[in-house]
Amino acid sequence: MGPVIGVLALQGDFSAHRNALKQSGAQVLEVRSVAQLDQVDGLIIPGGESTTMLRLLRLENLFEPIRNFGQHKPIFGTCAGAILLASEVLHPTQPSLGLLDMTVERNGYGRQVDSHIADIDIDGQVAEAVFIRAPIIRRTGPAVSVLASSGEIPVLVQGGLHLASTFHPELSHGSSVHQFFVRMVEKAMQERRSCLS
Amino acid sequence: MTFGSDQFRLKTGLAEMLKGGVIMDVINAEQAVIAERAGACAVMALERVPSDIRKEGGVARMSQIRIIRDIMASVSIPVMAKVRIGHFTEARILEALGVDYIDESEVLTPADEEHHVDKHDFKIPFVCGARNLGEALRRIAEGAAMIRTKGEAGSGNIVEAVRHIRTIVKEMKQLTVLSKEELFREAKNLQAPLELVQYVAEAGKLPVPNFSAGGIATPADAALVMQLGAEAVFVGSGIFKSSDPEARAKAIVKATTYYQDPEKLLEASEELGEAMPGLDISKMQESELMQVRGW
Repeated sequence: MGPVIGVLALQGDFSAHRNALKQSGAQVLEVRSVAQLDQVDGLIIPGGESTTMLRLLRLENLFEPIRNFGQHKPIFGTCAGAILLASEVLHPTQPSLGLLDMTVERNGYGRQVDSHIADIDIDGQVAEAVFIRAPIIRRTGPAVSVLASSGEIPVLVQGGLHLASTFHPELSHGSSVHQFFVRMVEKAMQERRSCLS
Repeated sequence: MTFGSDQFRLKTGLAEMLKGGVIMDVINAEQAVIAERAGACAVMALERVPSDIRKEGGVARMSQIRIIRDIMASVSIPVMAKVRIGHFTEARILEALGVDYIDESEVLTPADEEHHVDKHDFKIPFVCGARNLGEALRRIAEGAAMIRTKGEAGSGNIVEAVRHIRTIVKEMKQLTVLSKEELFREAKNLQAPLELVQYVAEAGKLPVPNFSAGGIATPADAALVMQLGAEAVFVGSGIFKSSDPEARAKAIVKATTYYQDPEKLLEASEELGEAMPGLDISKMQESELMQVRGW
């Protein structure tokens, strides 16, 4: 059995992530409460509206628990999820979890008419990237590595335990990005175990 | 058809992002800001909410551009706007304006009593209303990237929304048990393209997201249609025609997320003030119904 990966299911395309995770060999749990968060080894914050999720995170007292979760366990944020993971959010400025040292500009490409699909290179493999009212990563901190870019703009980044994409791998065929995250979660589990033993 | 095309995937992609959320009708920037603050995942910009359109009568058209522009400038969430059924020129204007979604809506006075807009021809995605599976598939064939069940807009009465979501879900289930040759006949009955009928028979669901609208006035209403199979909700008059719009908006957002959790629904239902007044649809004339518009 693979690790248990939660998908934050307050709003957004969490069901698409659930399908992609299942294809990647993980067990999936929808997370809407702290009790559910406590049962998972890693968490995906899906695409959707970051303002809606932020409001519900605070209202349902999930904001601090997820921030604490991120001290020990991996989180993968796509689009709105990347915005919530960032240390700084622009256009407009809004609070965020601050788990990934980067500056993200919301709706960086514009409105829906500017949504697009592009080919990107992930570790030597061509992959399709679906951008929907996507944010743009304007700055990455020194400890954050850029795993893929579209033109000059970073679109898939990793910092410490966490992964963020401004595109939607859950809306493409193939689950290589999700498989990568599942391996990150497995590695973090092994490291936590070796710390304890 | 072009359902696998990049453009169509981008259109349904935005609808995917709206799932589990509440799309709220607003008539000005001030209401849009309240909606965003309350947790709306998108707003629908319009001149009058459906209950006022119903009361005041006359011809209901696409909103004034100035209002839509103000709303687009005041919030960061997606902004939708309505066009009259078949009015492809209003749609071109909204496309040029750059709204995020166009609702070809029965709430406005139809511009064409035989044809809907050819929605494949636009870069902006469209949502359309439907009362049954055949109507939903005809709209999808025309290029709609999201379906919302119609309900009866501006009524504050959930009965039609329930009827429509139950009908569509039931008709989809029925397709899944039919044999291949029965599907040819069913395509004829539904007056829908065979290819889409076959898709639904195989997948058990529409090829685009399926939301609910028309008559949602309380958190319990929103949770009810979600339990019946809606993937998100549109709330029109129900919020800004209630006594405390912000509290009601927040409560409906919470109920849409936690639709399966009675404790959370109880929390969402407390201290809400008065809901909008409701109408008894069974006492209305057919000519007063908005849901019968669209062909």
